[in-house]
Amino acid sequence: MPDSTASAGPLDGHRPDGVSGAAIDLVGVTKSYPGQGGAAVDRISLQIPAGEIVMLVGPSGCGKTTTLKMINRLIEPTSGTITIDGRDVLSLDGDELRRQIGYVIQAGGLFPHMSVATNVGIVPGMLRWEKKRIAERTDELLELVGLDPAKYRDRYPGELSGGQQQRVGVARALAADPPVLLMDEPFGAVDPITRQRLQDELLRIQDELRKTIVCVTHDFDEAVKLGDRIVVLGEGARVVQYDTPAQVLAHPADPFVEDFVGSGAALKALTLTRVGELEALQETTTARVGDAVADVVARARAVGDAAAVVLDDRGRPQRWPWLRQLQAEGDVVLDRVEDVLSVDRRATLNAALDAMLGSRYGGVVVTGKNDVYEGVLFLQTAIDAVATTRGGSGDDGPVPVAGNDEDAARALAGEGAS
Amino acid sequence: MSTPVQAQEGRVPGARTQGAPAGRGRGGRLGLRPGRRRLVVQPLAVLAALGLFALWVATGEITGTASALLTPATVVSLTLEHLELTLVAAVVVLLIGIPLGIFLTRPRTRRLAGPVVLVANFGQAAPAIGLVVLLAIWLGAQFSTAVVALVAYGVLPVLAGTITGLQGVDQRLVEAGRGMGMTTGAVLRRVELPLAVPVMLSGVRTALVLLVGTATLAAFINGGGLGELITTGITLDDTLLLASGAALVALLALLVDWAGRVVEEVARPRGL
Repeated sequence: MPDSTASAGPLDGHRPDGVSGAAIDLVGVTKSYPGQGGAAVDRISLQIPAGEIVMLVGPSGCGKTTTLKMINRLIEPTSGTITIDGRDVLSLDGDELRRQIGYVIQAGGLFPHMSVATNVGIVPGMLRWEKKRIAERTDELLELVGLDPAKYRDRYPGELSGGQQQRVGVARALAADPPVLLMDEPFGAVDPITRQRLQDELLRIQDELRKTIVCVTHDFDEAVKLGDRIVVLGEGARVVQYDTPAQVLAHPADPFVEDFVGSGAALKALTLTRVGELEALQETTTARVGDAVADVVARARAVGDAAAVVLDDRGRPQRWPWLRQLQAEGDVVLDRVEDVLSVDRRATLNAALDAMLGSRYGGVVVTGKNDVYEGVLFLQTAIDAVATTRGGSGDDGPVPVAGNDEDAARALAGEGAS
Repeated sequence: MSTPVQAQEGRVPGARTQGAPAGRGRGGRLGLRPGRRRLVVQPLAVLAALGLFALWVATGEITGTASALLTPATVVSLTLEHLELTLVAAVVVLLIGIPLGIFLTRPRTRRLAGPVVLVANFGQAAPAIGLVVLLAIWLGAQFSTAVVALVAYGVLPVLAGTITGLQGVDQRLVEAGRGMGMTTGAVLRRVELPLAVPVMLSGVRTALVLLVGTATLAAFINGGGLGELITTGITLDDTLLLASGAALVALLALLVDWAGRVVEEVARPRGL
């Protein structure tokens, strides 16, 4: 029996490096149902590193949900072993195990007859936390998922929007601070705009918490956006490819993955690259308010620029006029604010390109901290940059093992023993 | 920290809300929607009808046996007998119907639900009077025999209500509960039963109303109750007495139906 104050259970995986997740290893895990030909999940071996988001994607009926549910033993594996943080989950009591693993399903799965606070407090309650501690934790979590506790804790799920229900669902799964979070199509039931926002929120929360998250989705774009790694599964949970999103997009393992990635893989890859990572920022002529126009024009002509970015006294881009516009205005650069197209250096390349297409110059101004000017990015340089990233390198340390054969199982089992 | 989300995320059509009526929970309790108005009107109508009946009896249009039986004291004691029959049968019905309904919705025993409901259907489909008489021949004409007959007759709505209510619980919620580490018992107690309560209670109310009506037949086998008025009316060919008995049973049934509706309103879990 866990004691009344500590949440630390057998699966507690807190580490000093800010990763609060625990590694999960599946070794030769099989699920077959009597009376069915092939196995629903056939000898899958999968190494899920601590603190990462791993997305299971594949066509419906490929066994991705079955694989997920075997991790918390909602479905008992027929054979194989599953370890979390090195501990064999099959040797633990199923209910005890599940109290230490967060579980999020579509639409949140909130109990409609319980208030938001009661819903969130269920697992801590089962772990026999004190009432006061549960109440504090509930408020803390509602805050974390962006819901004002005072306003929402006493509401009932029926009074919340789909997106809010999903937020509460995430808060509920995190209630007892589990090292592992399992999500089954978590954002499938909300509209696209809300889904985007929830995905962003999840990434923000994950930045803070560094849990190990295993998430099932049929939406490849979602997998690319959320995943540190993507497992593409085929029939019988056959691991077709296990790689970073960039690698899956750039080098699909076979025609099946290619098909699944769908058209526009290069476009999807754009959401993976941040403007700041590009090293393709260009200098351009800048001018300060009050500079002599003749000077500015001379400097611009010398480097072949036809326009100059005007900065205000704090270095923030104010406008981006053509040289002849400046000349028409008079002798000194005027203090005038126009709509300047700029993107933050943390913006995705996708967003930057979107802005560029609407720009007269075929480029955008890139800003950094406090909106200070950093440079400009032109369409052509962005395209060149994409071309080089496509070659991309998987520089994410040792590649985790995955597969459905003896080799993969042995590789994993050997590692577990060492 | 992020800013609290206001209501900017649109309500999603098809999002599972278990049909929460709009406005409920926010001062909605006092607003009289059509279903609620009935809760007020129904007992008033019954009381008015009773008053008229009492007035009619008091004006002395009736004579003989009828006037001897239609005294307030006799009517009250017959009514209490009637209610006793009904309630004893109802308690037994609940004790059989609800556990059986739970048992028949568990994963392992789910497939027995069909056959068992079929058998319960026989009880319901058999003509009540035939059932009462047959049982009386077998078990003797007495109160307990009447109760057995009533139970056989009333178990189906409770059983069916329990099964339907539990089957109607969104399976994803059951799975969510299991996925959080609730034991199967905890899921039943904290999730399935509360969510099934509205449907279950409506089955219980149906059973009660059925029982009040059927309890009339107990008089044929010395079981007592308001049926006495009717059987006496038949024996003496006293139409007034017969009609009075029938009217009183009908009013009692309406009153029980009302009580059932009140319980349904009160016992419905918040948030549904």
